[in-house]
Amino acid sequence: MMRMILGFALVSAVAVTAAAAPARAPTVLKSVDVTLPDSSRTLPDGPNLSVVDGNCVSCHSAGMILNQPALSKATWEAEVAKMRNVFKAPIDEKDVAPIVDYLTAVKGPK
Amino acid sequence: MRRTSSIGGPLTRRGLLRQAGAATLATVASPAWAQTMTSLRLPGGADTRPVTSAFPQKGAMILQRTRPPLLETPFEVYDQGVFTPNDRFFVRWHWAVIPTSVDAESFRLKIHGHVNRASSLTLNDVLALPRFEIVAVNQCSGNSRGFFQPRVAGGEWANGAMGNARWTGVRLKDVLDRAGVKAGAVQVRFNGLDMPLVPDAPDFMKSLAVDHARNGEVMIAYAMNGEPLPLLNGFPLRLVVPGWYATYWVKMLDDIEVLDGPDTNFWMKTAYTIPDTPRADMKPGQAGVTMVPINRMNPRSFITNVKDGATIPAGKPTPVRGIAFGGDAGVKRVDVSTDGGKTWRAARLGKDEGKYGFRRWDAPFTPAVKGDYTLMVRCTASNGEMQPAEPNWNPAGFMRNVIELTSVSAT
Repeated sequence: MMRMILGFALVSAVAVTAAAAPARAPTVLKSVDVTLPDSSRTLPDGPNLSVVDGNCVSCHSAGMILNQPALSKATWEAEVAKMRNVFKAPIDEKDVAPIVDYLTAVKGPK
Repeated sequence: MRRTSSIGGPLTRRGLLRQAGAATLATVASPAWAQTMTSLRLPGGADTRPVTSAFPQKGAMILQRTRPPLLETPFEVYDQGVFTPNDRFFVRWHWAVIPTSVDAESFRLKIHGHVNRASSLTLNDVLALPRFEIVAVNQCSGNSRGFFQPRVAGGEWANGAMGNARWTGVRLKDVLDRAGVKAGAVQVRFNGLDMPLVPDAPDFMKSLAVDHARNGEVMIAYAMNGEPLPLLNGFPLRLVVPGWYATYWVKMLDDIEVLDGPDTNFWMKTAYTIPDTPRADMKPGQAGVTMVPINRMNPRSFITNVKDGATIPAGKPTPVRGIAFGGDAGVKRVDVSTDGGKTWRAARLGKDEGKYGFRRWDAPFTPAVKGDYTLMVRCTASNGEMQPAEPNWNPAGFMRNVIELTSVSAT
């Protein structure tokens, strides 16, 4: 809750500045320390959900999956392969097919 | 300080699992911070998003992804003026390890590689260099990806992954000249403080040709719209590449490396590549397409004061207005059609803040009779390039710039 209150305070301060005449750019830069919120979204039920939870929401939050359109199984296979081979997600070979099955069930063609 | 993050450094598989567990626990303990929901009206659904003010130094933003953050500017912000406020400016990060604190004293910008004098600049060193300012649009390569048909995977943005700001900082040329670029230099590579959670994943780095880097317009910004950059927009320093897509505008820039050969890192060679065709257009599944790194932007324009699906009064004036930009050229003209593209007439252009920025336009419109009207706006850039009537398509969802339609009903 503190974070939200602080967030509103910051927003107000920035809004006032933006409304004024174009400000002169700073000649001193001060240190910054912020806190990023974490996600409150969870993945919906589906086949092999525990495998997906264990592999897919470390590097990105669930919203990345939930906001995708319906994609074909071949596209999901390519996405999981990219995460594994290019982005080096430590996904066991045996987990690949269950993950693709989940994604195709939840985010596949209807 | 350099690599601190709210979620720690590179991790092992066990660490990843432990962290996922911790995130779940934190979720249970923290309040739901998303305030309202909005629909992006994307074809094919999955288009509802929370609107949140939970991110530091940011106001109400459309939440595309929490971690790493993808935050979209609500479209009504563009109706308020040509400068996008810092707290509403879109946010896009590739990797989850983002420093959440930056110490202004110990921060260093390193310049090294194919140079005579490798150096390490403090922020005060940077501030002491000649000041340079430019107004420029910063637009994600995949802005509007959610409108692609067939749909493609990626950040499912509507039109709000763009913003315009007055950038203040120093010319990259001055920084490079201070280090002395050696003969035979080919590209200049830029790296920021963010990094992948998994140590052997490809760090995010982008490169420009030496001549481009030294053109006197490419700059290192320490301020946008007169204020320090929000951390999520790249505090303390970010590269500004006027006219080019935001992928090159490296945030939290702390490392500049002059290369004596072409950069073949993943983010140049494989990611962010487009078909080497007009408007990066190809057919789904088309084989044998040559891919090249994405580069200059193309012209776009939008109506900002009338929403698609709106009802307006028949027989009364409803002036339309909006924004346009030429890509890597200025705005030559903006034309408006209120009859679905059968006839066009020139809009009035607002103040020119610089050829790389948003340009305001407006045009009168009075629907004479009741019925449905299709409003269209079309930008022609000063290089002659005009927005097309047909959308382009490519598998990464890059460079959309079709003429946008706004359907309204006069009653």
